[in-house]
Amino acid sequence: MKTCLVVDDSRVVRKVARRIIEDLGFSCIEAEDGQKAYDVCSKKMPDAILLDWNMPVMSGIEFLDKLRKMGEGGHPKVVFCTTENDMDHIQRAMNAGANEYIMKPFDSDIVESKFAQIGLIETKTG
Amino acid sequence: MNIGDFDLYKNMLKTKSGLTLTPDKAYLLDSRLTPIAKKWGFPSLDAMSVSLRGKPDSNMVRDIVEAMTTNETSFFRDGKPFDLFKSVVLPHMLKERSKTKSLKIWCAACSSGQEPYSLSMVLKENAPMMQGWNIQITATDISNAILENAKRAEYSQFEVQRGLPIQMLMRFFDQVNESWRLKEEIRKMVRFEHCNLLEDISKLGRFDVVFCRNVLIYFDEATKKTVLGKIAKQMEKDSFLFLGGAETVLGIAEEFKPMEGQRGLYILKDSAHSMQKPPASAAATR
Repeated sequence: MKTCLVVDDSRVVRKVARRIIEDLGFSCIEAEDGQKAYDVCSKKMPDAILLDWNMPVMSGIEFLDKLRKMGEGGHPKVVFCTTENDMDHIQRAMNAGANEYIMKPFDSDIVESKFAQIGLIETKTG
Repeated sequence: MNIGDFDLYKNMLKTKSGLTLTPDKAYLLDSRLTPIAKKWGFPSLDAMSVSLRGKPDSNMVRDIVEAMTTNETSFFRDGKPFDLFKSVVLPHMLKERSKTKSLKIWCAACSSGQEPYSLSMVLKENAPMMQGWNIQITATDISNAILENAKRAEYSQFEVQRGLPIQMLMRFFDQVNESWRLKEEIRKMVRFEHCNLLEDISKLGRFDVVFCRNVLIYFDEATKKTVLGKIAKQMEKDSFLFLGGAETVLGIAEEFKPMEGQRGLYILKDSAHSMQKPPASAAATR
């Protein structure tokens, strides 16, 4: 089973995201800031990471920088999931090595559509 | 709503748009037509219904039909048809139209424009292969109001996240306050026109590719047959027709046959389609 690390400082957001992502067939791990996410990845790389931007201790973008420098850090597909919704933030995230970008608020359709686009799940057939 | 009024709207929608209103959809009348009644100065939907039994204003009837059409759509809706467009249709056309360098696409019932614009973006990404080509995308809908939205090409944050890859958002959209507007290079590739599929559609001309997805599902069998027959007349011999996932031509329209192994893709029955090799058994029974 593929694994997804859900990184967000809001417990409610983590819970909602977790439910959506588990429905897509992933097993989920949670982290409440970038540092905790880094610790998780140091032990075992997940296949996917849903990543908030603004968090205490270590932000999502700082975490992504560090992740991509780790040994296996190129493996996880990283999907930002943040209230930051301007082109500058999107460009920064993509330049830092994010694979997709979700602007909050999100729903299951959006998560599914983004996960499908980067090959984490099969595309829905029409 | 009483049964008499339900039948009044049912008949009106059938005659004017081909839309089949089944009793389980009666609740839509209340929610979608109450604002129309208000717009036309009636105190209630019932009051409008009474007035409709007289000699109704044709603009009011148009408003009613428009309000009852479903505009559900998204960028790259269902994904797969756009993959087929890239992997099957485009290569065929690049080869077969290499002399005329002309490609004509029609999106029938384009709603707020996501489907024709998705195709524009795909074609833009393949621009190096299509230099010097004359590409026409005609997008039509029965609703003038939704066509105005389509021309504006401004989408909410929610709409640009359903089906649209972030790279395409970055490349083809500008952020305007809280919404996202398609750049002119994409907007100008699509020509929008009002079109009622029940009326004369010959003025639209002939096409190499037709998208008519999730339209037939709202029609009854006879209307499906009529509409498919009319569409067939607008299609070039070796053209392609895309239908929605829950739609088919089988048992409805003699003019078409499914393209083997390509779900949702149809070709004209009498086409000498170079890509379609009929199985031996089918060829033997001809």
